[in-house]
Amino acid sequence: MIKTLSDINEVHLDVLREIGNIGAGNAAMSLSVLLNENVHIALSEVHIESFENVISHLGGPEKQVVTVVVNFYGDANGVVFFILSLEDADRITDILSSQTFSEEVGEEMKLSAIMEIGNILGYSFLGSIATLTGMEIKVDVPHVSRDMIGAIMADPIAIYGASDNKVMFVEESFRSDFSNLYSHVILFAEMDTLNQIMHRLGL
Amino acid sequence: MEETIVIGIADFKLAKAPVTLVTYALGSCVGISIYDERAKIGGLAHIMLPYSSMMQHHGPESRLKFADTGIADMLDALLHRGASKSALRAKIAGGANMFKSSATSSLSAVGMQNVESVRTTLRNLEIPIIAEDTGRDYGRTVYVDMNNGEMRIRSLGNNILVL
Repeated sequence: MIKTLSDINEVHLDVLREIGNIGAGNAAMSLSVLLNENVHIALSEVHIESFENVISHLGGPEKQVVTVVVNFYGDANGVVFFILSLEDADRITDILSSQTFSEEVGEEMKLSAIMEIGNILGYSFLGSIATLTGMEIKVDVPHVSRDMIGAIMADPIAIYGASDNKVMFVEESFRSDFSNLYSHVILFAEMDTLNQIMHRLGL
Repeated sequence: MEETIVIGIADFKLAKAPVTLVTYALGSCVGISIYDERAKIGGLAHIMLPYSSMMQHHGPESRLKFADTGIADMLDALLHRGASKSALRAKIAGGANMFKSSATSSLSAVGMQNVESVRTTLRNLEIPIIAEDTGRDYGRTVYVDMNNGEMRIRSLGNNILVL
């Protein structure tokens, strides 16, 4: 039974990494279809870090990013962040809009395109976890923000790090072949969800 | 360029003039400046959760995560360093709701609760809040100048706000 981060052992970490890999594989496929190019994934990593280290790992507190937040609930509870640098957010919308629109698109339209991508990635990521574990996972309407990464990460750090001085997250990174777009997907989950996953997988 | 001291998440630091204290990218977290204008000494805290009673067990280092215990500890430290209680004034910033549209989300209420707890804690400690910039839906970086207690707030797409 996992109650705090100190209860997490190597087996748990392996399971989380594997789930991350499967989720990321599925999400990469969706991204590849959207961008119409190959998308590579790095092996997923599970981090247990101090609050300061989470932020510095993601580029430092004032790094400007565009983030799509997908909150999930049901048998599994947590949140997924799809994070893009400002430059990559611009390029990704350029790629998509050149396929869809003939004219220059505004900031509002760009953010909504990014939100849609985040939504699709979130669904494919969480969908594969649901299939693997047999859990029923529901997803909220996503939210998109353009702000400093430190400000965006404050809530998940506060919520998932409340009972500890560290916080755990699963990290995936994607890189596209041709346009060299880079993005992170980061997942935070409640301790109960980890127990559910282990239980469902018979561990 | 005067010396600048950075305050991380769940921490506070004290300083005297001419130092500037800074804490970066407050989202739902709140930055609390408490300043003694006569002694030109003050502190800046960066809290992330409203009440220490939320947690059943937490070590001494966790006290600074919470508004109530974090502010109390900073006040003790300030008085210990020679600030006078009656001269202390507070300014607060942060407590944004970064994900306002996700209404059902667990992420949506932390900022507001943090601001409430900061106000209550300061009222109980009898330190008046003389200025604040809280709520909304964007991140803030906060600088506090120990020469005069001035708080400067930087956010994306907005002019620098001076409190």
